[in-house]
Amino acid sequence: MDWSYVSDHWSQIMERAWQHTILAGVPLVLGLLIALPLGWLAARVRWLKPPLLGGSGLLYTIPSLALFVLMPVVLGTSIIARVNVIVAMTIYTLALLVRTVADALEAVPNAATQAATAMGYAPARRFLAVDLPLATPVIASGLRVAAVSNVSIVSVASLIGVSNLGIYLTSGYDRQYWTEIWVGLVSCILLAIVFDVIIQVVTRLLTPWQKACVA
Amino acid sequence: MINQIWTWLTDGANWSGDDGITHRLVQHLWYSGLSLLIAGVIALPLGTWIAHSGRASWLVTAANSLRAVPSLGLLFAASMLLSSKFTGDTDLPYLVPSIIVLTILAIPPLLAGAYSGVREVDPAARDAARGMGMTGGEVLRQVELPNALPLIFSGLRSATLQVIATATIAAYIGLGGLGAFLRDGIALNEYDAAAGASVLVAVLALAADLLLGVVQRLVVSPGLRTTRTRTRRNRRADATPAAAALGPTNARS
Repeated sequence: MDWSYVSDHWSQIMERAWQHTILAGVPLVLGLLIALPLGWLAARVRWLKPPLLGGSGLLYTIPSLALFVLMPVVLGTSIIARVNVIVAMTIYTLALLVRTVADALEAVPNAATQAATAMGYAPARRFLAVDLPLATPVIASGLRVAAVSNVSIVSVASLIGVSNLGIYLTSGYDRQYWTEIWVGLVSCILLAIVFDVIIQVVTRLLTPWQKACVA
Repeated sequence: MINQIWTWLTDGANWSGDDGITHRLVQHLWYSGLSLLIAGVIALPLGTWIAHSGRASWLVTAANSLRAVPSLGLLFAASMLLSSKFTGDTDLPYLVPSIIVLTILAIPPLLAGAYSGVREVDPAARDAARGMGMTGGEVLRQVELPNALPLIFSGLRSATLQVIATATIAAYIGLGGLGAFLRDGIALNEYDAAAGASVLVAVLALAADLLLGVVQRLVVSPGLRTTRTRTRRNRRADATPAAAALGPTNARS
């Protein structure tokens, strides 16, 4: 392990870490925003549930490198465009979260929703003020899984020439240089931990009543 | 662009020979199947034992945290560590590291599936079996394992997807299989081959998942098909942090 490599390349590491964060993080937010209405539909409209969950399951089976390579056919972009990776990662996040959101909303206790209705909550307000907060812990657990897997998958995008922390892995392998491999591995794992901690902290802030329960 | 991909896929010349689609498809299946088999032999008994005995459950958590390690890095590290250990004109320098990494990646979902499957067996069913005078082994074989099958299968299906996806990437450390078309196509700017092989990889993953779904339907007792009570119980289990880590077991890369 050549420590001077790390200090010499510190600004480059930070730049690639930022690129990695965008490629993994933006899809996480987009995927969640699309999964919320779709999951709500799946939980609410009985006949829509199988096609929605089945469809997202199908999307999830496509291997990452294959999806990256196929994105230009769908989007008409060049193969090294970053938007390919963003869209592909959004698809994965969405595929994972639609089921989680549907499960989470269905698990909201009936007593709570009925009480809210009896208190005069209109459907939309009830959804935002009662159903969604109560479903948040489960949705957050799905989001954590998606975040960790996104960070790992984004490094594969370095194979199609999109810059991120995975470049340290490919370049380290090409040059048979262990230091770069370590930089790539450790920085990816640290970034995954950062995502995980942020989601947990935000979940805690959003669900203060859970403080008494568990970490 | 779609026409070019179609032309590549339907050109008979692309299917034959050692670098042909047929041979590489068989390779892909063989590497994936072998890794899944090794991982299953390790993870299924281990997960069952952990859940049955209640011991060493930290192993499941530890295996789960492995998911944060990028599989691309694992492949490259394994190749650099191991491939120089083999000399002579063999496939071993890339075969051994690839199979080891694929096996490592298949273990966490299989372990989690077996563990949570056996753990979440209805305690009433277990107690009833004991009360009927079954021994520990009989409870395991006749009650716990059949009841655990749905989750074991969901673990197996996500492990399969993970392995097929990573076997594609393993082309970069010299493994054959369909990934070789992607690697060469991207490197040589032959987009039709890269995209055509991507379609094949996607179809392969879909077909494998579909096949396992059919097997699951045949093997799992009809009594366990999602009924109201069962789904409700599972949902509640999903809310606990331990189950959350195991919940959507199909995280992969």
